[in-house]
Amino acid sequence: MIPTNVSLMRRILVAFIRNEVRKVGLERVVVGLSGGVDSSLSAMLAAEALGSEQVLGIMMPYRTSSAESLEHARLVVEASGIRSETVEITPQIDAYFAAFPDADPKRRGNKMARERMTILYDHSARWDALVAGTSNKTELLLGYGTLHGDMASALNPLGDLYKTQVWALSEAVGVPEVIITKQPSADLWTGQTDEAELGFSYREVDELLYLMVDQRYGRAELIDTGFTPEFIDDIARRIQFSQFKRRLPVIAKVSHRTIDRDFRYSRDWGK
Amino acid sequence: MTFRFVRPVPASSPPSCVSPFLQNVLAPSFMSFRVGMAQINPRLGDVGANMALYEARVREAAGAGVEVLVFPELSLTGYFLRDMVPDVAVRLEGPEMERLRDLSREVSLVAGLVLESADHRYFNAAVYLEDGEVRHVHRKVYLPTYGMFDEQRYFARGDRVRAFDTRHGRLALLICEDLWHPSTVYLAALDGALSIVCPSSSPLRGVTDGADQDDNARYWELITRGYAETYGLFVVHANRVGFEDGVGFWGGSGILDPFGHTVCKAGYYDEAFVTGEVSHEAVRRKRTRAPLMRDEDVDLTIRELERIRR
Repeated sequence: MIPTNVSLMRRILVAFIRNEVRKVGLERVVVGLSGGVDSSLSAMLAAEALGSEQVLGIMMPYRTSSAESLEHARLVVEASGIRSETVEITPQIDAYFAAFPDADPKRRGNKMARERMTILYDHSARWDALVAGTSNKTELLLGYGTLHGDMASALNPLGDLYKTQVWALSEAVGVPEVIITKQPSADLWTGQTDEAELGFSYREVDELLYLMVDQRYGRAELIDTGFTPEFIDDIARRIQFSQFKRRLPVIAKVSHRTIDRDFRYSRDWGK
Repeated sequence: MTFRFVRPVPASSPPSCVSPFLQNVLAPSFMSFRVGMAQINPRLGDVGANMALYEARVREAAGAGVEVLVFPELSLTGYFLRDMVPDVAVRLEGPEMERLRDLSREVSLVAGLVLESADHRYFNAAVYLEDGEVRHVHRKVYLPTYGMFDEQRYFARGDRVRAFDTRHGRLALLICEDLWHPSTVYLAALDGALSIVCPSSSPLRGVTDGADQDDNARYWELITRGYAETYGLFVVHANRVGFEDGVGFWGGSGILDPFGHTVCKAGYYDEAFVTGEVSHEAVRRKRTRAPLMRDEDVDLTIRELERIRR
């Protein structure tokens, strides 16, 4: 059902990265490598667009991160020939939570995601590069990501690709097989998997999202297609409740010309 | 009420010492001209940088024997202009137009730009310049304002579709979305256009399985071929490439002849410069074989349109 025309998607995304990076006068990107399929794909597309020497993959493990994640990230570095660096985040995370020892896993996970974001942005300044994002359309629609954390980037080649499409494209560009077939996980705590946390599989929800969002099927039509009302309503609610994550902070209008309301310019203004 | 086709009159008659049949066979190529399409990637909101692109392409075109050079829609300014519209607008008597007039001494050209009227309305316009003069201005009639498009928020709407005479016969300009309304092509054809020249900034979108290009490119190729064959005329399509805020433009500029054959075709998604021959003899042959435009009943159309409008 969901189109997986990998040769066309690859062509568009490679051209996108090349265009958007070069038009701001840069040649390089940095990308956080988690060992998962999204960041692997993002890094490999960037390498294809800009040359592997122009891509820096940064691995940012915490002491509880699985050894397998790091190992998979290294596989991507080897397969793509990009530069890499490892920056441990354990000292600063532990120092912070020493003051808040009762913080729950969600707070800790968000903090780690934001810590990684600051490292990526620091390296983008250090290396005259843009931060390439790794959030796919499924995560963005469901709000399954940390605002200002893994959701932050300068350009995101994967933001209009469902997870199902990410898998298909990853296969085409040569992301190591083991990364594509493993259970997706944010690896914020031991044993975490996306699908267990979300309560449904990516393939299942992607079919629904594709019909709901891309094809604008109504509720009755979706039920006709075979989705349960409960599933449809749950997903619709998630999309609506996470809208704030896909927007800039809300600004109180005072003047005649308010940023992003009646002060409207493209991001690529003058580029 | 009667309507008549305006038929192009050759600038000079062929010598009269040969038989009329041979006159046709030996007809000089006075109604044949080389068209170039500059499939460029403009810089958003930077008229100076884009004028430099125009100059480079004009030089290249002149060197390649091009007689009419077509630039994409809003290629002097970029497409997703939003609040930049008044900043990049040019006037018919302004210095940018003066520069374009100069360039048109080297090669006739179609420019895509924001045109400001004396009463400060901004139009998404295509301007045909030839021999140092502005010969025709088309103001985009159908301004898409849905989905990803916002044009009616920023632009005033054009109110006419007209064919016009040039050194290269009678042409009509239609901009991008105009072509998605079959009525505009119908009017241009009835007004005697032998070629429809369409500058566009057509965004790529819709990935489908089993297609080499995006779904929008597929649809454009369907309608341009359909129009060329239906109305028995040439369709020249100049589309841009590059990305603005993540939105790519698919390129694929080209020319279709009245038989629906591809005269020339640029690649997709990358900058290109392609040229092809537009021969009004082909229009003549097609319309001789299938005189659909001759048989078109304009009065019937008008009667029925008036009834429908009521």
